[in-house]
Amino acid sequence: MRDRLIFTGQLLFTLTVAAFLVVPAILSISAGVTVNYFRGISSGVTLQWVFQVWDLYAGTILLSFVIAFATLAVTLLVGVPAAYALHTHGGRWSRIVEEVITLPIAIPGLAIALALILTYGGFGEFRRSWLFILTGHVIFTMPFMVRSVMAVFSTVDIKTLDEGAASLGASPVRRFLGVIVPNAVPGILAGALMVVTLSLGEFNLTWMLHTPSTKTLPIGLADSYASMRLEVASAYTLIFFVMIIPLLVAMQMFADREQGR
Amino acid sequence: MQYGVLTKGTVVFMSHKSFVWLCLLPLAVVTTAFFLLPMARLVVVGAEGPQGLAGYLAILTEPRYRATLINTIVLAAATTVVTLIIATVAGMFLQRHRFPGRAVLIAMLTFPLAFPGVVVGFLIILLAGRQGLIGDLSNRLFGEKIVFAYSIYGLFLGYLYFSIPRVILTIMAAVQKLDVGLEEAARSLGASPWAVQRDVVLPALGPAFVASGAIAFATAMGAFGTAFTLATNIDVLPMLIYTEFTLAANFATSAALSVGLGFIAWAILALARSFSGGTVAAAG
Amino acid sequence: MNVIGDHGASVRVETCGKTFVDGTRALEPATLDIARGETLVLLGPSGCGKTTMLRIIAGLELPDVGGKVLFDGKDMTSVPIEKRNVGMVFQSYALFPNMTVADNIGYGLKIRGVGKHERASRVAELVALTNITGLENRRITQLSGGQRQRVALARAVAIRPGILLLDEPLTALDAALRDRLRGELNRLLRALGITTIYVTHDQAEAMELGDRVVVMQKGVIAQVGTPREIYFEPNSRFVAEFIGAANIIEAPVENGQLLLPGGRQPIGGDANLTTAVAMIRPETIGIVAAGSAPLSGTIDSVSFIGDRQRMIIGGASSKIIAVDAPNTITAKAGERVGLLIAPDAVRLLPPGN
Repeated sequence: MRDRLIFTGQLLFTLTVAAFLVVPAILSISAGVTVNYFRGISSGVTLQWVFQVWDLYAGTILLSFVIAFATLAVTLLVGVPAAYALHTHGGRWSRIVEEVITLPIAIPGLAIALALILTYGGFGEFRRSWLFILTGHVIFTMPFMVRSVMAVFSTVDIKTLDEGAASLGASPVRRFLGVIVPNAVPGILAGALMVVTLSLGEFNLTWMLHTPSTKTLPIGLADSYASMRLEVASAYTLIFFVMIIPLLVAMQMFADREQGR
Repeated sequence: MQYGVLTKGTVVFMSHKSFVWLCLLPLAVVTTAFFLLPMARLVVVGAEGPQGLAGYLAILTEPRYRATLINTIVLAAATTVVTLIIATVAGMFLQRHRFPGRAVLIAMLTFPLAFPGVVVGFLIILLAGRQGLIGDLSNRLFGEKIVFAYSIYGLFLGYLYFSIPRVILTIMAAVQKLDVGLEEAARSLGASPWAVQRDVVLPALGPAFVASGAIAFATAMGAFGTAFTLATNIDVLPMLIYTEFTLAANFATSAALSVGLGFIAWAILALARSFSGGTVAAAG
Repeated sequence: MNVIGDHGASVRVETCGKTFVDGTRALEPATLDIARGETLVLLGPSGCGKTTMLRIIAGLELPDVGGKVLFDGKDMTSVPIEKRNVGMVFQSYALFPNMTVADNIGYGLKIRGVGKHERASRVAELVALTNITGLENRRITQLSGGQRQRVALARAVAIRPGILLLDEPLTALDAALRDRLRGELNRLLRALGITTIYVTHDQAEAMELGDRVVVMQKGVIAQVGTPREIYFEPNSRFVAEFIGAANIIEAPVENGQLLLPGGRQPIGGDANLTTAVAMIRPETIGIVAAGSAPLSGTIDSVSFIGDRQRMIIGGASSKIIAVDAPNTITAKAGERVGLLIAPDAVRLLPPGN
């Protein structure tokens, strides 16, 4: 009886917390498809706000994808070999390097963005292009890729596989491409999902680094929250959810599968 | 070192050691150029204000900055404590019971994991803003519209919103690793359910508390998007840095404050890691 | 093309020591010669340096300055493993999980630019040779431990290495399978005729597989010899006790006889000794009626094992003596018995250690 009571109490509490997280999202989604949010859903359902957002902000969505995939490409090309090097080399220096590249997770994006502006703000061409935002995103997401790949390396005995391939005559480059990378695929995928998700939603850095001609989706969102009617802002948020939630679900499934092993 | 042994032709084979260095090179270049160099520059600019190096002390001596710092720390600490309590209750419950709908509930609790701060701010407005749900309900019930989204409470709610999913995940993972045998042993020795929680379960979760708490605290310290969206008269450090930089064009001060903020956030995480023995894997 | 055939290289390890970066000395400078086609077993407890020696020969570790590795007289010391043409079987097998069985076996051939058709026929040949027919397209994760071991071996010999290196290849398997595969491995190695260096901590493996056995202890080579030499003529207490069971008796000597509490035991060799450390194998001691042997003692306990029985005898020496007696003798604890030991079954060891 008492156990039953405790169970119900905990369940209600957990449901309340879930409601706190989910209800606002549902409000936002419903507001995005309501003719007039103030009058409520009875005013009718419409996609007009979504189309309006598309007209106004399609460019930001496109740029966000461009930057997210460019970030992914850079973190893959730079991060995967680096993870291999850090794992293989090991020791104190590798830990220090890992510590340094992880700093951007701890240091607020605002500070990193300021640092980038103070250092490279003078290079006008660079400052005005989307590549400037890209640098920020690369620095911010790199540790996730490197750590994700290193996590896999520590579970599959990569050193012995490397030695095995070497004993069969494969050169270091061939070993890396033919044996190391294929066996790091789970970590690379998990890291890639993380990088794309984070890049698509990144605001703290991007707000400082963007220019009027280089607006990403979260910048557009902030813009719409400040200046558009609630329905438009909600519709925009809805589009963001549609983009980001599949990624989150994929990430969660991935984590579950890893845990299930 | 070169293993220059040639079996056929004159190809020189790259040694494994040089290959490993080559693998690290791009990361070294990128990190140096776009992180270390800029951070060094930031530290230098922070000391280039009218007060020179003393600019770094302004965060403590200048009353306005100090008040903001205290505000930020109190807010982050409150967020951390409340999040830990909520996440522990919910996380233990979810990990210890199997019931229909559990998976859905977990999904609901973790889906806001990667919502940017701006979106969280907007969701808080929908909840507690002028057209918000809470105001609407209170208006119907008591004839008074409760609106607190734009105050420090709204900000607090926003911080809770993005901290809870992250901390719940950590706590659930830690609970899963708990050895049920310890609890059974304590019960076999006559401990009441409360005593088991107090003496066995909570101490065993200690490292997870420290780790996830530190992440929640550091994230709350540096959160900018939520404050930016809710932006009305809320003095937190990231907002102060932003306004000093963009509105007052006060580069030195904003740089000095940024360095201070970055240092605090990093120090909290480093400290937590030394306490919990390296389990603080910084999440996003 | 046939994988079976004489294609071994001779190996010389010259004053190869290994000190790791942290200062630990894994291997004292050692010299070894391995003949073409010979199977040499490196045997010793964990941490004895046997794996380090193997890794130096493989090219996975560089020896300390002054050390040299020669294949067929050619200095290979600074040649990386991928250019040494060795085949290696790792303790964990190091099979590539991203490839099928056939791809694993054919990997070394692919690296060497062997064409697709030839590769396929070589792989088929090895699959037959190692008894894994039908598994070619399996993933590594779908294989049992024994199957993995065979794939690892097939992969290592597919490239026709000059030297085959095996690092505890049977350790990961359970006891029954280990015994079976040991026999299989022995036949295969004999058939292949490659120079083989085999690392193990299991003396039964060493005895069965090795033409010669190198017993190692704490980074030093304790003894090199054929299995018979190592077993019957150990040169130290360590080797005697590490290989098989041994009774070690320290006692004064008089007129070529050990003076023991239970009587006298004649020994061969140097008659001028005054004290000796003697090694007697349990199966060389005969149980006879008390009084019909110069040495006697009391049975402390009898453990019936099946093919023999292990008797523990007290009172004969200052320490207990273990005897492996035929399973037909009926003797009970407490009985007094004579111990008949031929003088040449007593092996004198150098004093100390």
